[in-house]
Amino acid sequence: MSVILQSSGSALTLNTTKNGNTQKGNNMKSIIAVSILGLSLATASAANAEPVKIGVITTLSGGGAGLGIDMRDAFTLAIKQSGNKEIELIVEDDAQKPEIAVQLAEKMIQSDKVDLLTGIIWSNLAMAVVPNTVAQDIIYLSPNAGPSALAGANCNANYFNVAYQNDNFHEAMGQYANKDYKKTFVLAPNYPAGKDSLTGFKRFYKGELAGEIYTQVGQTDYAAEIAQIRDSGADSVFFFLPGGMGIAFMKQYAQSGVNIPVMGPGFSFDQDVLGAIGDAALGVKNSATWSKDLDNEANRKFVDAFQAEYKRLPSIYAAQSWDTANLIIAALSKTSVKDKDAFRAALKAADFKSVRGEFVFNNNNHPIQNVYVREVVKEGDVLTNRIVATAFEHHKDAYADQCKM
Amino acid sequence: MSTALLIEQLLNGLQLGVMLFLMAAGLTLIFGVMGLINLAHGSLYMIGAFACAIVASATGSFWIGLIASLVAAAAAGAIMEVLVIRRLYERDHLDQVLATFALILIFSEGSRWLFGSFALYLDIPPLLQGAVPLPGGGQYQLYRLAVIGVGISVAVGLHVLISRTRLGMRIRAGESDREMIAALGIDIQTLYTVVFALGAALAGLAGALVGALQSVQVGMGEPVLILAFVVIVIGGIGSIKGALVGAILVGTIDTMGRFLLPKTLALILPASQAGMIGAALASMLIYIVMALILAFRPRGLFAA
Repeated sequence: MSVILQSSGSALTLNTTKNGNTQKGNNMKSIIAVSILGLSLATASAANAEPVKIGVITTLSGGGAGLGIDMRDAFTLAIKQSGNKEIELIVEDDAQKPEIAVQLAEKMIQSDKVDLLTGIIWSNLAMAVVPNTVAQDIIYLSPNAGPSALAGANCNANYFNVAYQNDNFHEAMGQYANKDYKKTFVLAPNYPAGKDSLTGFKRFYKGELAGEIYTQVGQTDYAAEIAQIRDSGADSVFFFLPGGMGIAFMKQYAQSGVNIPVMGPGFSFDQDVLGAIGDAALGVKNSATWSKDLDNEANRKFVDAFQAEYKRLPSIYAAQSWDTANLIIAALSKTSVKDKDAFRAALKAADFKSVRGEFVFNNNNHPIQNVYVREVVKEGDVLTNRIVATAFEHHKDAYADQCKM
Repeated sequence: MSTALLIEQLLNGLQLGVMLFLMAAGLTLIFGVMGLINLAHGSLYMIGAFACAIVASATGSFWIGLIASLVAAAAAGAIMEVLVIRRLYERDHLDQVLATFALILIFSEGSRWLFGSFALYLDIPPLLQGAVPLPGGGQYQLYRLAVIGVGISVAVGLHVLISRTRLGMRIRAGESDREMIAALGIDIQTLYTVVFALGAALAGLAGALVGALQSVQVGMGEPVLILAFVVIVIGGIGSIKGALVGAILVGTIDTMGRFLLPKTLALILPASQAGMIGAALASMLIYIVMALILAFRPRGLFAA
């Protein structure tokens, strides 16, 4: 009986929507809007004290777990250090699968009623989650993925990328490669960030390409690709393989007898993978917007705090996530998260101390920032990176012009 | 494209093929003898890899780790058979799939709980490090050659075991008529446990060998399991010979597809588009081949 009742009930709602009972809909909307306005006015004076729910969807298992764990650890540490007791974090593992990320986002928005969403590492997951989230007027802050499809014509006032636009790191390496190389072999996984990667590299690289390969996401055996590199007559190899993919590639490359020098974006040679790759990475050049030795006070504080808490060095993912958390905290100290317009403006002002130094948002809510070239070095027994050059100063992404914000 | 490259890619295909054979042989043996679909075969592969990684890092010897992987996977297989699988033989395939799928979840979460989500890395033993020269001026990774050697020896060993020994005779008898050999007074329960442990050991060996090449992590078995199922479906379910031919076929087609498809497409398309479309097509290729083979030989190439 109850089943029948329920289904007829939902049929009824369906009907009213279909008939276009817009008058009623509008009334309802304005009532909600007024009450939200009232609420936010009432709470604006006590902006710090209101509870804020932040949903964190990130990768905590599988070959990409290292990235997500660094993201989560830095984020929770930053919130802890801020002393803001009203922030509640809901952290869930997406297992690097788009369908799981979509389910988690729906759950967090519908039943947990989160105010903000963040955490996604992988661009294919971001593409599955972000457009839907921002369309529901939930603000999403990206601590890592920056697919080109969300930076240009499809930019959104609710989408803030605190990390980078995907092309940026690779553009810097393309620029730097002009110095030494004429014939580079390029390699990236077949997903949005992989395509952005090679597009970015080619945008600034002037030499010819000895070959261009797209591998599968999560691939663990690179024998077929290494054979092609060996045969290509390349003078260098540029590869973008974050997390476990890069470890597997470098281990197999080192054993293959191929001696062509490698380079890549910072993701392929960051703190999360260097330990496992080992000495094969020593001396390799890679590009990033952040490095452990970047000389500013916020960064020194961050590296010390992270090391003291987790007994390991932070990665780029940790640095970007730390910045994301501090951006949110700074905006919360200015205004209420319930007042969307004011909160968006507070985020856009980016009034916080970034570990990357000066931090400004471009018109498309993506950062304008420096990109550096780093070198893998050994400090004691630990492999890490050191900045050796600046590839770009105040670098903007190539898609901002297409954004109508 | 040089001959050296072609030889290297064929070897890569062969290496992937023999690894798949190690997985598929156990899977097809278990299906042939006991009529059981074991989805948890990938978990045994993972157990072998973890056992090898843990023991190798504790003792410092890859070889002891390799033995540990065989022992651990065989033991896990035997325990699994006695505790769970034994109750499933009389049930239909759907029950078997459900129960063994549950085993996957138990093994995966169990190893996540024990070893964490981070991947472990096994080093290739010093004896097998580096590359060796190939005819035609190329080079090939020594460890991969050794893996091919192990795979071929296992194939020969299995052939001898099944065609020349008493155990093999019983396995063949079990494949053709289960009730009859039980009626002849052969202890069918022990035979089942032995076959299951043998299949498990092969999967564990494959896991350990691949672990040194790639990485050891929770969930590493499932992608391989899917390929192993493709192999036994192509080869004919229950046939070891079919598993060998199917494995080499899948290994070669997959490797050559990933290599040649983008190159071929590049003749008519811009390089980066050819790369993307080629890569996408290559990942579908073995399934297309499987569909084609099934269209003409619905029971596989060497149906038992």
